[in-house]
Amino acid sequence: MKKCLVSILCLSLSVVMLAGCGGTKEDANVIKIGVFEPLTGANAAGGELEVEGIKLANKLYPEVLGKKVELVIADNKSDKAEATTAAARLIEKDKVSAIIGSWGSSLSMAAGDLVKNNKVPAVGASCTNPMVTQDNDYYFRVCFLDPFQGTVMANYAYQQGYRKIAIVQEVSNDYAVGLANFFTAAFKKLTGDENCIVEVGNYNTNDQDFSGILTNIKSKNPDAIFAPGNFTESALVIKQAKSLGLNVPFLGGDTWETEEFLNVGGQDVEGAVITTFFDDTAPVTDEAKKFVEEYKKEYADKESIAAVSALGYDAYLLILKAIEKAGSTDSTAIRDAIATTKDFEGVTGSITINEQGDADKNSAVIKTVKDGQFVYLDTVVIE
Amino acid sequence: MKKRVKTKTQLPLKNRWLLNIGAIVFLIAFIFIANQFLDSYIRRILNLCAIYTILGLSMNLINGFTGLFSLGQAGFMAIGAYAVAIFTVPLEARATIFYLEPMHPAISHIRLPFVVALLLGGLLAALAAFLIGAPVLRLRGDYLAIATLGFSEIIRIVFTNIQNITNGALGIKNIPTISNLWWTWGIALIVISSMVLLIRSSYGRAFKAIREDEIAAEAMGIGLFKHKVIAFMISAFMAGIGGGLFAALLGTVDPKQFYFTLTYNFLLIIVLGGMGSISGTIMSAFIVTIGLEWLRFLDEPLSIAGISIPLFRPGLRMVVFSLLLMGVVLFYRKGLMGQTELSWERIIGFFKKFGKKEGSQVGGDLSE
Amino acid sequence: MTLDAQTFMQHLANGISVGSLYALIAIGYTMVYGILRLINFAHGDIFMMAAYFAFFGIAVFHLPWYVAFLLVIGVTVLLGAGIEKAAYRPLRDAPKSSVLISAIGVSFLLENLATFLFSGKPKAFPDFPAMTRVLEIKGISIQVLTLVVPLVTILLLFILLFIVNHTKLGMAMRAVSKDYEIAQVMGIKIDRIIAYTFGIGSSLAAIGAILWGMKYPQVSPLMGVMPGLKCFIAAVIGGIGNIKGAVMGGFILGLAEVLLVAAFSSLTGYRDAIAFILLIIILLVRPTGLLGEKTAEKV
Repeated sequence: MKKCLVSILCLSLSVVMLAGCGGTKEDANVIKIGVFEPLTGANAAGGELEVEGIKLANKLYPEVLGKKVELVIADNKSDKAEATTAAARLIEKDKVSAIIGSWGSSLSMAAGDLVKNNKVPAVGASCTNPMVTQDNDYYFRVCFLDPFQGTVMANYAYQQGYRKIAIVQEVSNDYAVGLANFFTAAFKKLTGDENCIVEVGNYNTNDQDFSGILTNIKSKNPDAIFAPGNFTESALVIKQAKSLGLNVPFLGGDTWETEEFLNVGGQDVEGAVITTFFDDTAPVTDEAKKFVEEYKKEYADKESIAAVSALGYDAYLLILKAIEKAGSTDSTAIRDAIATTKDFEGVTGSITINEQGDADKNSAVIKTVKDGQFVYLDTVVIE
Repeated sequence: MKKRVKTKTQLPLKNRWLLNIGAIVFLIAFIFIANQFLDSYIRRILNLCAIYTILGLSMNLINGFTGLFSLGQAGFMAIGAYAVAIFTVPLEARATIFYLEPMHPAISHIRLPFVVALLLGGLLAALAAFLIGAPVLRLRGDYLAIATLGFSEIIRIVFTNIQNITNGALGIKNIPTISNLWWTWGIALIVISSMVLLIRSSYGRAFKAIREDEIAAEAMGIGLFKHKVIAFMISAFMAGIGGGLFAALLGTVDPKQFYFTLTYNFLLIIVLGGMGSISGTIMSAFIVTIGLEWLRFLDEPLSIAGISIPLFRPGLRMVVFSLLLMGVVLFYRKGLMGQTELSWERIIGFFKKFGKKEGSQVGGDLSE
Repeated sequence: MTLDAQTFMQHLANGISVGSLYALIAIGYTMVYGILRLINFAHGDIFMMAAYFAFFGIAVFHLPWYVAFLLVIGVTVLLGAGIEKAAYRPLRDAPKSSVLISAIGVSFLLENLATFLFSGKPKAFPDFPAMTRVLEIKGISIQVLTLVVPLVTILLLFILLFIVNHTKLGMAMRAVSKDYEIAQVMGIKIDRIIAYTFGIGSSLAAIGAILWGMKYPQVSPLMGVMPGLKCFIAAVIGGIGNIKGAVMGGFILGLAEVLLVAAFSSLTGYRDAIAFILLIIILLVRPTGLLGEKTAEKV
């Protein structure tokens, strides 16, 4: 009998909870911007960094059109089902004017339809998969895309005189697979050699042992190894390569630029080369100088600034500028303002939004690890 | 088995029918109103409730009713979800989605209506269940659990690697979405009623007999293997349908969604609702889905009187959630309903008792 | 597919190196399973917690390594015994599926707790240059650790075999494992024996975590999931409940994984599936595992 009582109680509770899920007070003097990021789960590390940048931007620019800007942070748990409810919640319950996010292209894609159907503009900070903005008038981004990044790295590798490259990719990661693919295409074109990629090794997220694929690669004697993937696994890949006596340069993408990568990799990641969006030692714009200064004040315990933090900052500013330009919080007007953004001076350079909804960027920063730090190596411009 | 003392007589058949019809009319009216007046956030949660109900029932059929501890649900879901994804994506969008490696020519020009793709997904999942079930259903207990878990991981790893069919890790997007409650709830209602009919049929009785005592069931002339395979296949079919709906609700799929821990969500639903109870599964699908959403406040920073409490930060919600699961497992092992069902007699009895506040026994199961 | 001798030997060394770690963790599984007939799904997560303890002991509190390791083993044993008391003991008379669900629940809880407490970002396990130094032997690179781990595994194997076969505790463990109820009737304090078994299993997880951390110097909340599953599979391959079998299964699994990668380099993405495929094959062909005894099912 107790059970019956409890079950009825639970049922009524759930009805109450459901009712509680809906409806919020409207405040005319607040503009809400949704932050749609993974704060728990597999992508938590990246999500946290991005939120840091967004929060800093909000602190420095707390107002637009004379109204206070409020950030509504929704954790999408690195999970697609959660991501759609989190996005729906931002749109319907919190009635945000625009959304920033998410780290992890697949999570952004999960929110894509919602954003499109409800006509709420979204700006991705670091989702580099081309599919995010495809067929979607309401999704934009401030970062460059996988094809561009892959090409930049291929050019760099070619300039360094590498002719035989081995690839180690995280096969369950869309970012890594995309990057490896565009790198391969660009590198084949540059060398004119169909067999310039001597070996491709695949691994899965959360793998810890890579000795098998690395031993295979060693027997092929490549000039360098391109290993796009999460920093968590990549640091281990490099460590294991060195312990197998595979002393060739490692090339990677922007995801490596984290303290954890340096901590885990230690001595072994010295000399690793990455492409990224932003360099905190050589700020390119005034905004960037301000960002670097304020970031170091705000997060004094951090040794370096991750590119995704800078991108999160840019995404926020882009939306703010668009609201200002639109002169209202009407989301369609904001969308149009974002879509026509031209030469917006952000932290990561000048941003112009193209027809696709992507940021037109033609330059990328190349960094390398030296003495346990990421240091600036070169800026590559591709026409 | 427990002995139940029936102190209340059953309602007359006519009354029960009236109540049943009344409930269905009420439900249809509710869906209609919900569709019209509720915002998409709440509709989405209700949609998820329906899908979780289907998946919970699928899990309960094999784990709760047949007593086979299977952890392969995520794999069957993946099959259903990918069937819907691959066959309903608009043809013109395919080239842009499969931009790394074109879709295999055998399937690149096939587009099916949603219902057909959904059924196909269910059937493929059932076929996979047949192929895997034939060998592993001979195992018992935890061996079966780990073998089915392994199977679901194999499915995920294969889907990650067959780039020209599933688009690998990039996943598939632009799946035509359903946000309408009729689809999910319509299918959920069909699944619920078929489940009730199945459990009351001779097959259902055979499943329960297997759960209670395999050897006795065999001695009674129940074909163990045949019935296990049937239960496994039906369960997989339902999981495939659930997975297909899931894909259509989200509009995008990728292999990482179907990590084996996904199965734990449904395990939680059936543990909370009662292993072997249809109405319990439905109730707990609601409680778990809505509860998880409601507990979100735990992840948000909270400050009382200007002092922020460091306990409230992302991750707390899942800790609370898993503590709840442990609490149910340890102290409330039968869950909400145990192996019984909610019936009109119980509801009426409950209200009567609520009025009188006396401790007499109330019983009577629809299922028995 | 050409495979020169040197590369092959390198693969072999890699396989042994991974396999010996699997073997070490598999022993813990097998001990608990042998007595409780329960897949301790949380074993991999106890392993993960031990790695965090080691990280905190050395990298945060700067304890000398020998103190830290003893502490890690001690704390992990307490954790394991605590889990047994809180989550498994109340269910001793419950149906097996309840215990299994409880085990999954504990695993889920530990993962979420670790994410909450230590954040999802991976931490760097302290470096032990003495262990990670690379030796070059005829062109084959081997870490010192690769030589140490099998030695530790074999040493522990002998210690455990001694405990199980030649001590009173071991006799009681065997009795409980053979017949739980009769053992109780014979005056064996079951709860205590089971708690000891959990303690031993957890200490093995702790030692495994320390060595694992040296080899793969990264600690994260989900690090125990795959090793946990794979080591369980290793235990099943060897014949669950059989300590020697677990060691054998660990080596077989490690070698199978690495050698398959070596032979078919295009299939590297399927590597994690190998363990599960092996499991299904072994369960079909020889459900009791390679060294397992045929046991008559009780009616």
